[in-house]
Amino acid sequence: MSSRETILQRLRNRTGGELTVPECDFSVLVRDDWSIKERIERFEKMIESVHGEVHHCTEDMWMDRLAEVLNTRGARNLLIPKQHEIGRALRDAGRDDLPELLIYDEPIESWQAHLFNEVDASITSTRGGIAETGSLILWPNDDEPRLMSLVPPVHIAVLRASELYTTFHEAMQAQNWAAGMPTNALLISGPSKTADIEQTLAYGVHGPKELIVLMIE
Amino acid sequence: MSETAEHTGHHIDVKQFHPRAQAAIHNPKIRKNFRSAMDGLMSKRKTAFEGWDLETLRDLGANVRLRALANLPDLLEQLEKKLTENGIKVHWAVDGDEACRIVRDICKARDAKTVIKGKSMVSEEMELNHYLEEQGIEALESDLGEYIVQLADETPSHIIMPAIHKNTGEISQLLHDKTGTDLSNDVEYLTASARLQLREKFMNADVGVSGVNFAVAETGTLCLVENEGNGRMTTTVPKCHIAVTGIEKVVPSMEDVSALLALLTRSATGQHITTYFNMISGPRKAEELDGPEEVHLVLVDNGRSSIYQDDELLDTLRCIRCGACMNHCPVYTRVGGHAYGTTYPGPIGKILMPHLIGLDEGRHLPSASSLCGACGEVCPVKIPIPDLLVRLRQESVDGDKLHPAKVRGHGAKRSSMEAMIWKGWAWMHASPGIYRFGTGAASKFRVLQPSKAGAWTDYRTAPKLAAKTLHQRMKERGQ
Ligand code: SF4
Repeated sequence: MSSRETILQRLRNRTGGELTVPECDFSVLVRDDWSIKERIERFEKMIESVHGEVHHCTEDMWMDRLAEVLNTRGARNLLIPKQHEIGRALRDAGRDDLPELLIYDEPIESWQAHLFNEVDASITSTRGGIAETGSLILWPNDDEPRLMSLVPPVHIAVLRASELYTTFHEAMQAQNWAAGMPTNALLISGPSKTADIEQTLAYGVHGPKELIVLMIE
Repeated sequence: MSETAEHTGHHIDVKQFHPRAQAAIHNPKIRKNFRSAMDGLMSKRKTAFEGWDLETLRDLGANVRLRALANLPDLLEQLEKKLTENGIKVHWAVDGDEACRIVRDICKARDAKTVIKGKSMVSEEMELNHYLEEQGIEALESDLGEYIVQLADETPSHIIMPAIHKNTGEISQLLHDKTGTDLSNDVEYLTASARLQLREKFMNADVGVSGVNFAVAETGTLCLVENEGNGRMTTTVPKCHIAVTGIEKVVPSMEDVSALLALLTRSATGQHITTYFNMISGPRKAEELDGPEEVHLVLVDNGRSSIYQDDELLDTLRCIRCGACMNHCPVYTRVGGHAYGTTYPGPIGKILMPHLIGLDEGRHLPSASSLCGACGEVCPVKIPIPDLLVRLRQESVDGDKLHPAKVRGHGAKRSSMEAMIWKGWAWMHASPGIYRFGTGAASKFRVLQPSKAGAWTDYRTAPKLAAKTLHQRMKERGQ
């Protein structure tokens, strides 16, 4: 008998007999509907409490804010999406206060060392955020691959305030995750961190040292 | 030759709980490290649950886990089907040795020389690192705490914070000796140098091995909780990702995950959520530019299906490995994780390890508790840990062959003296006449009472019996 069958058979022929299935009432996860303003405040408070930054922007000036953020950090380049409107807008703007713009349009194998060693910052879109925990929802794809939000030391994420959900529970239901998930989905709630050395927090241990949210209201 | 014989492993002798606990108690540094860390974690947990109806949330957590366990075989099949559709290959292992061999075979088929690992307690349980090394495959831990513990050739002392028993000075010395990092007390500097060393390793590793926090049957999704990003690196950068997990980790849907996630991170470290919640549902698609080409899931039984047979012990399988029971355990806080000598230390280890290694090996574990009940009160999925400890204590001394043993090594701690005393106690209490006679005689002859009572009186004065029994006094008061 295969190990699979052995295990399944043992579980099926349980000596204690059939187990009763309890009711699961998820209503405790449903929070009162927070207004947009409350969601924004909560999101900001949560993400700042874990060393993230939120910059309030409008459709017209987010690029100015981005340029500032990159310049104060001395970023030499910025990895941008190729298709997404964020990437297009940046390329079309032709601004001279932005660093060199890079596009992730080749398989990682052909430029891994460069991505790991030379890229200073990246900008990605999000599929919304979660106010209660201060989380960004990302579904990486071929336009914004998985490593874009992980390898560069500074990750900048664009979030529309109108896409802020109250809880994770609400977000996954509103976006109908049960219907199918992408190869990789992420909740990101701050920069990479560790407290493994004597409970002392240190940032950027493997992923970005900084997480910057441009919140478009 | 049995393949198991290849696996010599690296066991600390679990039976040596008492001497190790003694050593730890007399080591002020260990006590201080654990004390301050656990105090911090306890208060952070409390704050993180503010504004939540914690009792109702814990009820939901318990029900979600119970529901999953009630449908376990069906869910495992559904998970397998969905993962397979998504392009993830599923393997089944009856025990840790078989799981190790599955990982080895995948590595060999890819001609892999190096494996980078994200944190996985199941792989600790399997002793995968040592096994792979024996097979000529380098296995490197990438979680900073695990990396430190591995450099020191030790085992984790806490399931969430593996290197909590070490302080900065020791870690700096270790990194200096093993990797040439400059000596420093600057945690940022030490972390940054580990980042550099490990990035090199991520780029060159052939295979990434990770654990799984929740496996979702409905969508075929493997969920991983972490703060560092090493888990994402491990599951994204190498061409092949192997996830290993216990068979109990499967849940029906993402909705269940939302409940358990809300409980897990708050209970574990007092975080509302971890930095990364990584949900993997397939290998890299043709049009994608990164991610592993191959993803495998190894479902490990290793004693879990035996626990599953018993209504009471089954509760152990609800565990979501948050570590809150350790953080709140007065014994754990004083002796530290290594005293237990087991993969899972603390209260959860006490109820889990006897099943995984047998009561003959783990017989001291259920007794290493004051039964204060703190663990049961904080457990996010309401596992009645104290009740289970009592049950395992019984099994460990119980030689009654009429009741078939549920736990391997049942009766291993049996001392005829202890069993006889309890038998006598039961007999005396079952009859009022004998009880009166017995307690009366004990009071009368109390001068004969020994002033030493084994290890109990090493640090305490022996209790003295009263001159009169409670019953006699009540009688005198006319009540
Ligand atoms: S037994 Fe409960 S408290 Fe302990 S690790 Fe498991 S889930 Fe957490």
